[in-house]
Amino acid sequence: MDSISTETKPGLIAGIRTSGAFHKLLAFSGLIALLVVFSLASPNFMQTQNVLAILQATSVNGVLAIAATLVIITGGIDLSVGTLMTFCAVIAGVILTFLGLPLPLGVLGAILAGTAAGLVSGTIIAKLKVPPFIATLGMMLILKGLSLVISGTRPIYFNDTPGFTQIAQGSLIGSIIPALPVPNGVLILFLVAAVISFILGKTALGRYTFALGSNEEAVRLSGVNVDRWKIAVYALAGSVCGVAGLLIASRLNSAQPALGQGYELDAIAAVVIGGTSLSGGRGTVLGTLIGALIISVLANGLRILSVAQEWQTVVTGCIIILAVYADILRRRNL
Amino acid sequence: MFNRRTLIGAISAFALLAASAPSFAQQYDIALISKGFQHQFWQAVKAGADKAAAELDVSVTFEGPDTEAQVDRQIDMLAAALARKPSAIGFAALDSQAATPLLEQAKAAGIPVVAFDSGVDSDIPLTTATTDNVAAAALAADKMAELIGGEGKVAVVAHDQTSRTGIDRVDGFVNRIKEAYPNIEVVSVQYGGGDQLQSTEITKSILLANPDLKGIFGANEGSAIGVANGATELGSKVVIIGFDSGAAQIKAITDGVMAGAITQNPVGIGYETVAAAVKALKGEALPPVIDTGFYFYDKSNMADPEIAAVLYQ
Repeated sequence: MDSISTETKPGLIAGIRTSGAFHKLLAFSGLIALLVVFSLASPNFMQTQNVLAILQATSVNGVLAIAATLVIITGGIDLSVGTLMTFCAVIAGVILTFLGLPLPLGVLGAILAGTAAGLVSGTIIAKLKVPPFIATLGMMLILKGLSLVISGTRPIYFNDTPGFTQIAQGSLIGSIIPALPVPNGVLILFLVAAVISFILGKTALGRYTFALGSNEEAVRLSGVNVDRWKIAVYALAGSVCGVAGLLIASRLNSAQPALGQGYELDAIAAVVIGGTSLSGGRGTVLGTLIGALIISVLANGLRILSVAQEWQTVVTGCIIILAVYADILRRRNL
Repeated sequence: MFNRRTLIGAISAFALLAASAPSFAQQYDIALISKGFQHQFWQAVKAGADKAAAELDVSVTFEGPDTEAQVDRQIDMLAAALARKPSAIGFAALDSQAATPLLEQAKAAGIPVVAFDSGVDSDIPLTTATTDNVAAAALAADKMAELIGGEGKVAVVAHDQTSRTGIDRVDGFVNRIKEAYPNIEVVSVQYGGGDQLQSTEITKSILLANPDLKGIFGANEGSAIGVANGATELGSKVVIIGFDSGAAQIKAITDGVMAGAITQNPVGIGYETVAAAVKALKGEALPPVIDTGFYFYDKSNMADPEIAAVLYQ
């Protein structure tokens, strides 16, 4: 069974671009349903400003969820995405604010910090054979602690780096089409999604990512250096977390060192709602993107309807279970 | 088929939720975005806001992030609240700078903003509903004087010398002693970052250096617990007055280790925030700061409904 899915799944990703595959994506119809319901329930929901706010709110969790998708497809899990994001933001703060270096170096530094942390996680998992759950749980705490140590437990502000807030808050599209001020953060989210989709669908790294999740032993027996590819996947996921770190830091104009723990759960929720299997071997970036959108549409819509916060949490929980159950049903009927 | 069934289920669920939400056309709709939600302190603020909402016949929503670190979540909440086009907004900023663009947006949309608790570092809010920490610490000084018989040496263990609450509470206590009690001397003011352990060590060093010390004021929850621990470890019977509540401090007061403490009035913070928002909407003038009140509590009055309502575990 596993070996079959190894062959079919990368094909499925490529097939998503054809419109026929869309109706198969239950998460997508769920998203549309939510949009319709909220639009009917409140005239304030489908306003340009609010739609942009939803997209803006999706950008960080979306990028983190894409990182989590990569690891989850290999059959692993990454609990450190949230605190790694913060760590990368703090590194950007050190480079730009403490050292006063130019903006591109801060951007590069944050992404490389993510890559490095991913390499460490991957090595611990592949070479030391520590289960991903434990290895990344450890990394989550290590990175959280390091962020606090490096920053001196205080937020690092980017007031001395003009242009830093533009990374997420500026609007390239808005400067060309003033009626459509889509924040750059959203643009970056879609860019990351496109790049990772391409890697998963069209490159050797992508093929091995799926193969590792389907049947690692078979891949190993066919003479592939499994450890190397696994480490590469974690490193790539780490780099993506670096992008998320830049996005959140730019959005808040500061690196908030205490932030990040708990964000891995929202990311994993988005991945799961998007139809990626936690047992590995199957998943799409597009699904994850839709999953992340569902979470922010839900949060925003319930707020617009003035639903009490405690009930918002209950509804979100129900949606996660429903989404996965629907996916299981769909699979059974296939 | 499954699709349609879920869709219908989802629609009816949301219709239900939407119907249960208050949606009176004539009513003022006030959105409060706080620094927390499930903590006892914030739930007390929410209770006060709900009370004002009922009395003034307005509808109020109350939201806050899970932890005081989640600045971005708070910003998302503020953005969603703005999109709802509320009549007014109450806001307690986790990071004032991060919220500035949205506050500008509220100002441009003509939505009045009332700051609460630690407030917002900006000139957009019309007023700030908060504890008058100087006056609250002065009350601690009065109680201290009363308990030690109006003479002797006292000390202060505070959280820090940079935050507004740290500065106000130390100044409030020290200045009141200087003005009103010539026979009492403040021999030491030290800072332990609000960290219980650090405050414990500081307290022990103060007690060892001043064997005739009569009393210590701990200026926030962590400091006060540290003072109580330090005194207990040395077996000292020094008079201790704390600040805020929390399980450990309440226990110290019940056990007699601590004489009593000042509590802020989170219920009052919520109530005054909503009341100020309504006043702003009616075009009434507001003072720059609204004092939301505070109480001194000890073993004798802890169970009073008025006090019990504002203490948190």
